[in-house]
Amino acid sequence: MAPQSREEHGSTSEVLSELVAHLRRNRTQLREEWVRRITESRLLTSMTKEEIFAEATSVFDNYVEVLETGSVEALQAYARNLSERIIPRGVDTPEVVGIVLLLRDVLARSLFEKYQGDFPLLNRVLDAYEPAANRIATTVSVGFVQERERVIRQQQEAIRELSTPVLQVRERLLILPIIGVVDSERARQLTEQLLRGVRSNRAKVVVMDITGVPSVDATVANHLVQTVEASRLLGATVIVTGLSPEIAQTLVTIGVDLSKMNTVGDLQGGIEEAERRLGYRVLNVGEHAAPETEG
Amino acid sequence: MDREQRVVIAADRDIVTARQEGRQLASTLDFSSSDLTVIAVAISEVARNILSYAHTGAITLQVVEKNGRRGIMVVAEDAGPGIDDIGLALEDGFSTSGSLGLGLPGARRLMDEFEIRSEVGKGTTVILRKWAR
Amino acid sequence: MLVPILKQGDYLIASIQAALSDTDLLRLRDDVVEQVGRYRSRGVIIDVTVLDVMDSFAVRTLSTLAQMITLRGAETVIVGIQPDVAFAMVQLGLTLSGVATALDLEEGLAYLNANARAKGRRPGGP
Repeated sequence: MAPQSREEHGSTSEVLSELVAHLRRNRTQLREEWVRRITESRLLTSMTKEEIFAEATSVFDNYVEVLETGSVEALQAYARNLSERIIPRGVDTPEVVGIVLLLRDVLARSLFEKYQGDFPLLNRVLDAYEPAANRIATTVSVGFVQERERVIRQQQEAIRELSTPVLQVRERLLILPIIGVVDSERARQLTEQLLRGVRSNRAKVVVMDITGVPSVDATVANHLVQTVEASRLLGATVIVTGLSPEIAQTLVTIGVDLSKMNTVGDLQGGIEEAERRLGYRVLNVGEHAAPETEG
Repeated sequence: MDREQRVVIAADRDIVTARQEGRQLASTLDFSSSDLTVIAVAISEVARNILSYAHTGAITLQVVEKNGRRGIMVVAEDAGPGIDDIGLALEDGFSTSGSLGLGLPGARRLMDEFEIRSEVGKGTTVILRKWAR
Repeated sequence: MLVPILKQGDYLIASIQAALSDTDLLRLRDDVVEQVGRYRSRGVIIDVTVLDVMDSFAVRTLSTLAQMITLRGAETVIVGIQPDVAFAMVQLGLTLSGVATALDLEEGLAYLNANARAKGRRPGGP
């Protein structure tokens, strides 16, 4: 309780400015302390040290800014932005809440340390700090959760689109546009739906467009091949369009003879090819029979 | 523990019976119609195996549960010659041109779980399981 | 279970009515081959719409049947494979390669007629 360190601070805002100045002055070591505690608590394991440090810097500066201005708008924008970036990295809600609370703790301890000699002043400092800090924790956490819910809704939408993709555009012609990531389970469902669609629409040609599929693993590639084979058993030819070089490579790797698969560059081209095939009822010797005889 | 259903396999008619009863039992669980067909085919394959190699045996069907999920278990047993080289038996011998591919690799592909015990001169037991969604 | 085989002009149509045992399948195969020879049929349609299972034996038998028919100068079309059955077949690796398939009887006949025309013959069925 040294008299020289005792200052008369009347208003909360003055106290706030004082502590913000303190936090800014000690920015580097506080930030490092925070990152150290994050690592110690085994949080953000899906991110590298460099990444954590970069984000920590932004979050810290934002945090202090909010303490100073009292405005959470900038923070909300930042929280949304941060969430968009870390959600695909597999960071989940407990982690985000955890790291924000750790920052709150690190800063609080710093304040304790500075003002420990003057208990009434410490109390005033905490009176200013705590509500602001809690508001920050809430804003960031809620922002993260809301972003996650948005991502989930988007995924559900994508799933719904994938659920009923079989379109009949012309008699005997079906189009199956596949979009987004296809996993084994989804591939299975698509095959079942396509086959049912072939039967109920009496389709002779199916144009299966995979432009919107970024990549497939060997299992899903296998399902693709099975879909083509099963469709033939129902008397329908499948034309695959939008085959990316990556997927073509996967198919070749699992032993698919691409020359035996009907592929066309894009959906439009595929539809034209399909119409051409449907237009030919009588055949020249040596051309493909309709329906297909394989081998 | 659910009741077991046992189908004796002694004639080729019994293969049809076994797979129809299997489909029937599986339909009481949450299987898609596609799954039901797959289960019926798998039963057909192992039942035929019994007939071809042991001439007589039995298929036992039962509803099972694991980790809150229900499924169907198919046990194909015979007291036949047994399989000498199980590894070889599980290789893909399938060919639509009529070669002697065993039903085992196929049944294994179709089902979620596959176990086999066999002893030359004593017999073979194959256990298949498929879990509903 | 005997499978009825109908003669329609140059074609034979075998409509499977119920689940077939292995013996029934072999009987069907032999009956069809015999009748193709007897009537000098140009085409055979095997309608499997009713079958809810086609396992490796069934597929092998139908494949063999088609091969034997080809030796007699005729064509085989398998029609009516159900979606679930087709899916199970390809998962087993049974693709009926080399055998023509069509959605149903109507499509099967259209196929045989188209093929007959392509070979310069008069279509032999309705």
